[in-house]
Amino acid sequence: MSETIVLKRGLDIPVNGCASLLVSKSMNPAVVAVEPGCIKGLLPRLLVKEGDRVLCGSPVIADKKNPDILLTAPASGTVKAVVRGEKRKLLAVLIETDDKQEYVDFGAKDPSGLSAGEIKAEILRSGLWPVLVQRPYGILADPEAAPKGIFVSAFNTAPLAADTEFTLGSELPAIQKGIDALARIAPVHVSLNGALASSVFAKLGGCTLHSFKGRHPAGNVGVQISHISPIRKGETVWTVSLHALAAIGKLFAAGRFDLRRKVAVTGPAAIEPSYVETLPGTPMKDFAAFYGSLADEIRFISGDLLSGACVGHDGYLGLFDDQVTLIREGVDKELLGWIRPFRFNQFSNDRSYFSWLLPRHKWDMDTNLHGGPRPFLMNENYYTKVLPMDIYPVFLAKACLAGDIEKMEKFGIYEVLPEDLALCEFVDPSKNYIQDIIARGIDLMLKEMA
Amino acid sequence: MNKIFEKGGKLYWLHSSVDAFETFLHVPGTVTLKGSHVRDAIDLKRLLILVVFAAAPAALFGMWNVGYQHGLAMGQTGVHILEYFWFGFLRVLPLYIVSYAVGLAIEFASSQIRGEEVSEGYLVSGFFIPLIVPVDIPLWMLAVAVAFAVIFGKEVFGGTGMNIWNPALLTRAFLFFSYPNYMSGSECWIAFKKGETAVADAFTGATPLALDGPAQYGTGFWDLFIGTVPGSVGETSVIAILLGACLLLWTGIASWKIMCGSIAGALLVGWIGNVAGVTEIPFYMQLLYGGFAFGTVFMATDPVTSCQTECGKWIYGLLIGMLCITVRLFNPGYAEGMMLAILLLNTFAPLIDHCVTSVHINRRAKKLNVA
Repeated sequence: MSETIVLKRGLDIPVNGCASLLVSKSMNPAVVAVEPGCIKGLLPRLLVKEGDRVLCGSPVIADKKNPDILLTAPASGTVKAVVRGEKRKLLAVLIETDDKQEYVDFGAKDPSGLSAGEIKAEILRSGLWPVLVQRPYGILADPEAAPKGIFVSAFNTAPLAADTEFTLGSELPAIQKGIDALARIAPVHVSLNGALASSVFAKLGGCTLHSFKGRHPAGNVGVQISHISPIRKGETVWTVSLHALAAIGKLFAAGRFDLRRKVAVTGPAAIEPSYVETLPGTPMKDFAAFYGSLADEIRFISGDLLSGACVGHDGYLGLFDDQVTLIREGVDKELLGWIRPFRFNQFSNDRSYFSWLLPRHKWDMDTNLHGGPRPFLMNENYYTKVLPMDIYPVFLAKACLAGDIEKMEKFGIYEVLPEDLALCEFVDPSKNYIQDIIARGIDLMLKEMA
Repeated sequence: MNKIFEKGGKLYWLHSSVDAFETFLHVPGTVTLKGSHVRDAIDLKRLLILVVFAAAPAALFGMWNVGYQHGLAMGQTGVHILEYFWFGFLRVLPLYIVSYAVGLAIEFASSQIRGEEVSEGYLVSGFFIPLIVPVDIPLWMLAVAVAFAVIFGKEVFGGTGMNIWNPALLTRAFLFFSYPNYMSGSECWIAFKKGETAVADAFTGATPLALDGPAQYGTGFWDLFIGTVPGSVGETSVIAILLGACLLLWTGIASWKIMCGSIAGALLVGWIGNVAGVTEIPFYMQLLYGGFAFGTVFMATDPVTSCQTECGKWIYGLLIGMLCITVRLFNPGYAEGMMLAILLLNTFAPLIDHCVTSVHINRRAKKLNVA
């Protein structure tokens, strides 16, 4: 056990709409979606057709490059529709659920008696493989790769994020089982929030525990890796979210593909934000109780405010997400906004506004850009104030814009995913889409390195 | 925005200008498209208007001082403070009109050509330019200089944020090298009406730096600190500039590292000059002379043209201070070195950054190898 790593740089965005710690509803969605789009690097091949009956854990989609990698149905029922987009791109498979929730039996197994290969085969077979994310680049994990470690963040610092102690504190045995399984493949590192004694996850064994303290993005696994064991060129690591780790544990403990999780419904536009219990692929329309009649005025985000996906009213909860954020679209114009000395209704991390006078206030934010796009003007330290990594974010972003592979490598493209620089994007007065710039840089690296 | 200004519309060629006025009036209702769904309320308009606020004390004092110096030169006494100010205001106002009219016209036109929104960068440059030129400069000269600085110093590189040199200083440099007669000597820093010449015998009009040796003591510490001396409009009053510096440092727009580095560099070379017997000016007085204070606070700290890295900022600031005083002490032909020191270091800022980031890259590579 290492000492607590204190990260001084970062920012907790004070936004309204934190979910209160209670499960207000246990949902059984009538339709769930399996969306291959949220998994970077997966080339989907459809395995079912409309009208097919599937059980919870039945294969629905396979990867074209590696047919062993499967996406399976999160609920039992019949395939209702296959949704395709432009050029027949597979967007989603919709499954009409029955109320029986029947599972494919994968058979309970004790991971300690299995080899790394057998563990991998078991995870592949169940359809849980896509929850493993490979870095650099944040892509679908390669079953043949030998990662130097598997990293798990046991807490989330993103704005309004689900409290993992509340959502998963009761699932310690499953998480432990998951760690036991993954530890057969590579050493597992789990990062805890704050002092060890205060975390319920401190009881976990079979892994190396690390303790982090700080504001967002201290809970981002990428930031944690850069402090525990930075990724060198040629190395790979895998990361997995804590609720996916619990699902892997349940696979080995009960032989079931069970992705049911507590999801935080949050955001300044959410009515009485709280937790619900549901499956990934749940339609946003099923959260109607939280937004009432406001559907046309709000943005539906699967994930958090900084890096979540804008899925729209017709969208679905993503495979990796345990949070839904509802926020008003900021289409209103504000007369002479930028020159007003006081704008107490707006939050700014910059001292040229007076938000610092109200350290405990929570703001009702909206999606307004608050300005127009401009070239980068402020210096590195304007951005590194919110980035606790040994990286020059503006130089990295400019290298990505220029498509300069060598510079991108040197400035640390292997260590970051867009989400790690999300706060730089938030504070940027030039209103650049930094996450998108980094994502396009990563795409270029993938193309050039392939 | 109205449809005719959109792409394909009849007045599309005006869209950047319309957009500029629209966003000037109100924060537009644009929403985030991807990535972070919420954004900080800060934008460049806000940051840059604060720089203008920070320079306002120096500008207001400068206007009063223009009147005051004119009064001294004409031997007037007992004139009301507001009369001095009004005289100066009327002399400086045309400079502002020319600076903004020429600069913004070019800025709007080039934004339109590039098809971008008009950037706020010239808001600040245009405010600084009248403050660093002699008040009596012919307006056509100013117009030519502004046009040169904005076109060749900024727009050819791609506009605000892409420029290598500070546009305001480039204006001054252009004037200095093209029209040296108007930029040096003992009377150019005083405003005269047509046909007027200095009447007060005891009056020394030159800036202290243009005088030789001990004559410089003719202007005392407090005169220089408060700024009741002849000079460019905005750069005489150290105390007004310090007020602006406080605002810039509090908001973090300007880097304290550049300011401290510059002051340290100036003191160091000034002190060496004292010890070596090159000059009799006490080293701390160097901070009060000429454009040093204004340059350090407002020009050297321009985030676009200064170093980007924190370590680089120390080096950059230090070299500016050292170079400025070196020019003052060792160059008999040209008494003030601040403008050229900053422009030279603007040129070298990317090189300094390159060295600093190379060290950073090597250190990272080593750390990764032992990790």
